[in-house]
Amino acid sequence: MTDLGLTPYLCLGAFLFACGLLCIAAKRNAVGVLMGVELVLNAANVNFVACARYVPKFALEGQVFALLVIVLAAGEAAVALAIILNFYNNHATVDVDRADELKG
Amino acid sequence: MTLDVILFAIIASATGLSALSVVFSRNVVRSAVWLLFTLVGVSLLYFLLGAEFVGATQLIVYVGGTMVLVVFGVMLTAQQQFLRIRIRPEEWAMGGVLAACLFALLVTISLRIGEGKAAPPTEPMPGAGQLGVGFLTTYLLPFEIISVHLLVVLIGAAYLARAKRRPKEAGND
Repeated sequence: MTDLGLTPYLCLGAFLFACGLLCIAAKRNAVGVLMGVELVLNAANVNFVACARYVPKFALEGQVFALLVIVLAAGEAAVALAIILNFYNNHATVDVDRADELKG
Repeated sequence: MTLDVILFAIIASATGLSALSVVFSRNVVRSAVWLLFTLVGVSLLYFLLGAEFVGATQLIVYVGGTMVLVVFGVMLTAQQQFLRIRIRPEEWAMGGVLAACLFALLVTISLRIGEGKAAPPTEPMPGAGQLGVGFLTTYLLPFEIISVHLLVVLIGAAYLARAKRRPKEAGND
């Protein structure tokens, strides 16, 4: 019926993961770093759902874990945003390079 | 070339380009908009894979909830000097090399895993009903843990983000 295998989905997941990692590593705006984390979690989710489709034994598990990851991502975004707002209130900046008070 | 392949090519390239634009946009507001397109593209991929419930959840929770949070974060901290923070070229170089290495490694592994999984099984993916039964039987413990976790997270976020008076201002009063 189709000649689309599991590999293209995994490669797209890898690409999203690399983009998210670059976003986390390079961005200096704290909200930008948060966006990178969202990209990484989405990459993991793409892999989960693709494996759920192509590996018969994994059909239910893949979707269940994808849903759990979506909920975790929502919670992570809420807490991260609260921390960013707190940092912004205290330091009047969102530049993550300025968050160096714990540096020895 | 079947319809699936063409659809996958269109959606995947749109999603990948949006993800690249998230990284390379200078302006954080534009990054947020590109992230929105990326998330919508990923949910379309779920629909293409036949996981309708996960795709719908992605649209509702991610695009409707998490993106609103991120946009609020951008708006609350959007001052002119933070919209475009300059990034040094050596930071780009280091992050780029790291991301390229990981991408190459993951693609190598993907090629090995994907071997022999060319055709999906013909039976449809389990739908919302089977997922719900699964959540309340086999996966009851993760389900309960994640619901308590969500409650804890919401209380923690409300506690962290509440309005506080800065010590300096309190001293001036």
